Amino acid sequence: MVVFALFIISKAGGLIYNREFHSGLTKLTSNDYLMLAGSFHGMHAITKQLCPVPAAAINPTSGVPSLAPSPFTSRPSGIEVLESSHFRIQCFQTLTGTKFLLFTEPQQPNVDSVLRRIYELYSDYVMKNPFYTVEMPIRCEKFDRSLDGFVKVRS
Amino acid sequence: MTAQGQTPGLRYPSNKKTIYDRNLSRSKNSELSRAAFAYLFVEMISYAQKRVKGIADLEKRLNNQGYPLGLKLLELLLARAPPNSALRPTRILPLLQFIAQTLWRHLFNRPADALERSENDASQYMLYDNDPMVNQYISLPREMSQLNCAAFVAGIIEGVCDGAGFATQGVSAHSVGEEPGGEKGSMWPGKTVFLIKFREEVLEREEILGRGG
Repeated sequence: MVVFALFIISKAGGLIYNREFHSGLTKLTSNDYLMLAGSFHGMHAITKQLCPVPAAAINPTSGVPSLAPSPFTSRPSGIEVLESSHFRIQCFQTLTGTKFLLFTEPQQPNVDSVLRRIYELYSDYVMKNPFYTVEMPIRCEKFDRSLDGFVKVRS
Repeated sequence: MTAQGQTPGLRYPSNKKTIYDRNLSRSKNSELSRAAFAYLFVEMISYAQKRVKGIADLEKRLNNQGYPLGLKLLELLLARAPPNSALRPTRILPLLQFIAQTLWRHLFNRPADALERSENDASQYMLYDNDPMVNQYISLPREMSQLNCAAFVAGIIEGVCDGAGFATQGVSAHSVGEEPGGEKGSMWPGKTVFLIKFREEVLEREEILGRGG
């Protein structure tokens, strides 16, 4: 069970948080990270338009069968998983458009619940922090600490 | 929208029951949403941050926001206390006990963690909270590491002391979480001390009362 890294992409496509938990990914320059985030953001937006007619199922790559009927189920969701032989990128988009990208090993189970928990930590320690400005890079000590606590306990 | 010539300031709900018609003890054990408080506190801090000159100024403003709350809480909690124990504190120790126990329980649902008298200044008392609820979600930016948002709670304490007739030279909140030696190893990184400094006349009175009793 290895979680490599977490990216948070603002709704404008900027990389606002970048954290590595486990070494294993080859390091890129910070410029490349920004480009990766920007490209993913663009690709996500385009795949959202690719989505079949509303009534049909969402993107076939989304592995989440939703049990409860929700007004949002028929919303086009865009790309959710990218997988290679050595790692996997899972994307979770909040209703407000912020995207969480989690880099894990391909066989990592329950990525969904990990992302959901990270979203919870984000809404607690970032959104409830008076000194954080939305859409700006995240520098919150307690968010870092709680992420560490959560991810390290699980791996 | 339709004021109907009622007193301005006091809002009349549709069932005509104002806050004064409600039973004092009815909301005694009811809990409030912590998230709602957190968001409100975010706005309070943003509001206090407007046009401030420095960290001391900001803490002063937060303190001022808490002060009226302290005055009112003193009255409310004494009114709610069971009749035989509803005495206004007249000595320093019962007052501090009231703050550390009754007030803390009412606000944070647990007593304060420690209460001490300063060794080198007899007029100074220290009240410790290992993890102040108001700071739970707050991470300070590096350039403001001196700030402690529990200054708001310090204002509440100051209000209670003043309301009870114990004038203070100010109550302030300071972070004591990280000892210079043990960087991240400390168990309570958010530990906060509230310094309560009473005025001369309060100590004089205390001494006279002490001799009398």
